[in-house]
Parts: sequence; C-alpha cells; structure tokens
Amino acid sequence: MDFAFSEEQEQLRGFARDFLAERYDDVRLAQIADSETGVDAEVWAKLAEMGWLDAELTFLDQAVLLEETGYRPLAAPYFSTAVLAAPALDDETAKQVGEGRLTATLAWAEPGVPQGLLDAAGATVSGGRLTGEKVLVPDGAAVDLFVVTTADGLYAVDASDAAVTPHGALDGTRRPASVRFDGAPARPLASGDTAAELLGRIRDRAYAAVALEAVGVAQRALDLLVAYAKDRKQFGKPIGVYQAVSHKASDVYVRLQEARSLAYWAAWCVAENDPMARQACLAAKAFAGEAAVFACENAIQGHGGIGFTWEHVLHRYYKRAQWLAAFDGPARAQRAEVAAFLMD
Amino acid sequence: MDFRDTPEEAAFRAELRSWLQENASHREVEAGRGDFDALRAWGGRLYSAGYVGLTWPEGFGGRGLSPTYQAIYLEESARADAPGHPGVIGLNMAGPTIIAWGTDEQKQRYLKLLLSGEEIWCQGFSEPGSGSDLAAGRTSAVLDGDHWVVNGQKVWSSYAHKADWCILVVRTDPDAPKHAGLSYLIVDMHAPGVTVRPLHQITGDPEFNEIFFDDVRVPRDSMLGRPGDGWKVAMTTLLHERGTLGFALSAELERMVNHLVELVRRPGPDGRRPADDPLIRDAVAREWIEMQSLRFTNYRALTTLLETGIPGPEGSGVKLAWSEANQRLTSLAQSVFGLHAQVTGDDAPWNGFWQYWQLRSRGNTIEAGTSEILRNIIAERVLGLPKGR
Repeated sequence: MDFAFSEEQEQLRGFARDFLAERYDDVRLAQIADSETGVDAEVWAKLAEMGWLDAELTFLDQAVLLEETGYRPLAAPYFSTAVLAAPALDDETAKQVGEGRLTATLAWAEPGVPQGLLDAAGATVSGGRLTGEKVLVPDGAAVDLFVVTTADGLYAVDASDAAVTPHGALDGTRRPASVRFDGAPARPLASGDTAAELLGRIRDRAYAAVALEAVGVAQRALDLLVAYAKDRKQFGKPIGVYQAVSHKASDVYVRLQEARSLAYWAAWCVAENDPMARQACLAAKAFAGEAAVFACENAIQGHGGIGFTWEHVLHRYYKRAQWLAAFDGPARAQRAEVAAFLMD
Repeated sequence: MDFRDTPEEAAFRAELRSWLQENASHREVEAGRGDFDALRAWGGRLYSAGYVGLTWPEGFGGRGLSPTYQAIYLEESARADAPGHPGVIGLNMAGPTIIAWGTDEQKQRYLKLLLSGEEIWCQGFSEPGSGSDLAAGRTSAVLDGDHWVVNGQKVWSSYAHKADWCILVVRTDPDAPKHAGLSYLIVDMHAPGVTVRPLHQITGDPEFNEIFFDDVRVPRDSMLGRPGDGWKVAMTTLLHERGTLGFALSAELERMVNHLVELVRRPGPDGRRPADDPLIRDAVAREWIEMQSLRFTNYRALTTLLETGIPGPEGSGVKLAWSEANQRLTSLAQSVFGLHAQVTGDDAPWNGFWQYWQLRSRGNTIEAGTSEILRNIIAERVLGLPKGR
C-alpha cells in the first residue's frame, strides 16, 4: 500500500505550480477570463514544450497537472483536449496533439434529449458525412477538432467543417459552444461496443479529472481564506481567532482532504484500469465537485464584502467550481448511479 | 502510488480472513456492545492467534509490524463483522503511553496482560469542572513516604466499572503553573478508597462512570514520566488516540453502511422498500462515498506515517467527519421506521440496534475530543491560524 505520488510526479507538480503561478497571477487570470475569447492563445506551444501533451504521460502524471490547473486555472482547452478527446483519437491525430499542433474537445450533448455522456446520441453519419446538432461543447470555440458522439459511434470532424456558435459563460476561461454539423466530412474513430466502452472510459477519466481540478480549486479557496483570516483584523484581533471564522476553515480543510483522497483513488483506478474505477470516479466527482463549491462559498463568506466583489479573484474560482460540480449532471446524478451499485 | 497489498500483506490478509471465518462469531445485531465477558474471551483468542498488538514491540507481546497490518486487521475484522477487542482504552491509550514513557519494569508488568484482555484499563482525565480544559484538573496526589495519596473525582470514564487499572492525571504541585503541576499515575482500580459509580448514557447503558478517589495510596513508582511531566505524557495518550483511530472508525462505518444497505433493501413496516425512494437512495449513496473518502484519507495519512514516522495532517479530520457521518447514517436508518423506531423491548425493529446506535452516535462528537476542540486543533496546528485562547 502506497498512497503517494512518485518523486518525478511531485517534481512535475512543482514545475506546473510555478509555471502557472507566474503566468496566471490573479490579475492576469481576470484579464483573460474577461477577454473576448477567454483563451491564452500563446500558452499551447509552451504546454507541448513542457511535455504536458505527451501521449506517454500516465493518468497519474496527468493527475498532478489537473490538480494544479484547478489551483491556478489554465486558460486553454487542456481539459477538453487531454481528458475528453485524446483517448478517442487515432495515432496520427494523437501525435499532432502531442506536438502541440492540434486542440480538440468532445461534443456529446444534444438539445431536447437527455444530455449525459452515456446517453444515446441522435447525430448520424452517412457516406462519411456527419449531420447533427451539439450543445454545451466545452471549449467549443477554442479547438481545431471535434470528437463527436453519434448513433453509429465516435467520429472526428474538423472545426472548420462545423458551424460553431460561441456562448458567454459564468466561467470565462471555459466557455461552451453550440455546434451544428450539416453533412460535415467525418473520420470514424470507434463504433459499436468499442465506442460504448471507450465512451465509458472517457467518462470515468473525465470524472476523475473534474475531481482533481475541484481539489485544486478548493485548495486555492482555502489558502485564500486562511491568509485573509490571519491578516484581516477586526475588534483589534485577526479574525482567524474567532471560531465562527476558524471553524469554517477547519470544515473546508476536512472536506478538501476527503475530496483529495477520493480524487487520487479515482485517478489510480483509471490509470490501473481497476475494477472499482466506475464507482471510484462517480464517488470522486460527486464529492469533490460539491467540496469545491463548499470551499469557495465559505471563502467568500470569510472575506466579507471584499470577497463578494468582481475585483476579488474568489468568484473566478467559485464559477469554475460550479462548472465542475455541474459537469455531466449534479452530484445527485452520480450518487444515483452509486446507489444502483449498492441497492439494485 | 499503488493501493494493492504487497505479497506479505496479501498473505497476512488471506491468513487473517480464513482465521476470522473459522473463529469469529458474527456480531449480534442488538442494542448495545454485547456481553462483556464474551468479548473478553474473544480478546484472549485474538491475542493467542497473534492479532492483538500487531504494531507493538516484540519483546512486550507485540509483533513489531508496520501500521499497515493494523489497518488490514481492522478492515478485515469489520468485513467479517467480527467483534472487537474489549480493551480499547488499554490498547489505544494506556498501552502506547506506557510504551513511550514507561520503564522496562512497567512495560513487563502491564503490556502482555493488557493485550490478552486479562486486565482492563480505564482513563481518568476529565473532571466535573474540567472536560476539554484538561490542565484545569484538580484531583490531587500528595507524596507520603513511598506512596502518592490521591484525592478527587474523575468523570466520563468508559469501562471504569470493569477496569483493573486507570491512567490518571493528577495535580502533584498546586503551586506550579497550570500545566506544569500535573503528573501521570497508574492506579489500581481495586485499591481501597476507589469508588466507581456508573453514569447512564442517553441510551440507558452505564458505559461510562464517575470515579471517586478517597486517600487512595498509589506506590511512588507507579508514575509515567516524572512529577510535572503529566501534561506531556497525557498529550502522548491523546495524540495516539487521535492518530491511529482512523482505520477503526472507517472500518466501523463500513459495517454500518453495510447494515444500512441491508436495511433499506428489505420491505419497511408499511410493506414498501425504502431503497425505492430516490431521496433515501441519495442519502445512502452519500454515506457510502463518505466512508470511502475516510478510508482513503486514512491510507494517505498512513503513507505519510510510514515515510516520515508522523501521521499526515490529513488524518486529523477523520474523527470529526466520521462522527457526523455516523450521526446522519443512524438517523437515516431510524427515519426509515417512522414511529416504529420508537418501539422498545422485544418488539423493537432490528432488535433495537438502530435506536441504540442512533442515540449512542450523539456521543461521537463529544468523546475523544469534542468536535469544537478538534476544529480548534485543525485551525491552529494544521492551518496555522492564530490561537483563540
């Protein structure tokens, strides 16, 4: 039994933390989030240079990166490319991703029908051409390629062959788009049982990744709360001496540690293809998404008025936490699946 | 990172599992902890088979194994629904403190009999006027020749009515500042002048007690550490209580979750299956997730312990989260029965199991450090927030 990341992985974490802290201080993060695209277009080549996009990275390597990109949100379609799309790509396309020449995302949800990652897709393919409408595509306006779920399996479509409508979003660094395909040229990636199985693995991975990002978000919210409680004085004392404040921080700490344990368990299960992967990922996503929201809400409360301003960075984390908690359905949707394992 | 057992751990687990299968009776689903003498006999069998004191030094009846083995024991024992060893105060508090502070003679005298369950221990820390504020205790010990003469009163002492020995915090120097005047004694519960009066908990069970000391003569060498070391020695006891309890708690929670799942899958008093109610399904799933999160938090703290010799700070919240989970879980189970949950005696649902444990769970956020004190500890020692006192 060994529940620690390797020395190399901790090193990778350290580099990632320094890189992100330097590139995205709170002011810069706000600028990008409020910019027209919400994307830092120059960073992608650097990610490739640093090896973040290498196909050889194990999921545990990626796990430390995902946690750090929650701690300091990375304004680029890293989650979409590396987590949602990459597992479905053919070797040639994956190579382009690894070299930093291609970004991608997954388009699954459709309007007016159940929108879970594993729900049936209505988009169809005929004669190599894909027709259908997708909504809430993460980073949909920021990528070069779509991996599209259809009734016939998974297909790749170039973004230039689709009609993309970007949307504004609460979390300005992770915006959704609606995407319409009108007979767009499509390359098959997987079909039949293989596609279903692949999509299941992508979902497990995405849940683990969401949980890891959520842990990073919650950690930053806690760090901000603790720093403020030490610094801010009222009635002649730092507010951290008051239990109404300090106990909030303790509760956030406990919840965060629980979330982290589940997120690492899920990450390990994904990396090892463990039989408990499905349950672990459901548990981690449900718990960590809510823990991140809880952490941000307590941090905002602990900051008083300043934490409620647009100027303060906390709302950026709060909105990312809300995106994470809502991903592929709220926690109760994942708990419903856990319940089925336990009770049916 | 690797959650799998090493070959040695796997062998230990397999051997333990089959031993439990052959030897352990299932814990009764009943209102209480079960018959004490039967538990004591079970403790003796566990000891003979080598499953008690796994991490203790070999010379003193232990096996000198890493804490991982203790974690495996606790997990497997809960999964087999086997009873626990009744000497919990001795195993978790007195024993580790004697190992850390005791003389060789003290270790020889006490440890083996403690492990085998032949001698039971209790704890005399809290007093009517000082609960969380341990250093405000007033029970005194005055040197008279070769003996300390002890006078005072302790309270909330679990197992005192069964105990042979007591770890007792006393004030030996009334003039020294609060913490510096304390000392730590081992007191014979059968000595003249010791009176135990059971206190009935809200469950109705007399699980804890008041202890009165009237001119109790304690041999001068029955002290852990030196006069004035009491606070430091007591911190060893409490640190251990909070440091290694985690796996016992998550294993216990796993057993409760298993019972809860069993409960909701059966038809309730109105003929309907609680497991068909989406709100109940959500609540049960929540507790299963909580239980897994505590299990893996324990593993993380254990990994840090194995690497550095000190349990990781992440474990400090386990007791806090566990106590609240156990309260939610048992209340949920009681709610399933509606007003039937109130019926006691022979007609009580589940033999009174859930009503007992629901009421008992209210103590979980008070015993072994109230949740308020635990939150203070996390705020001050882990997060580095300024002290409120």
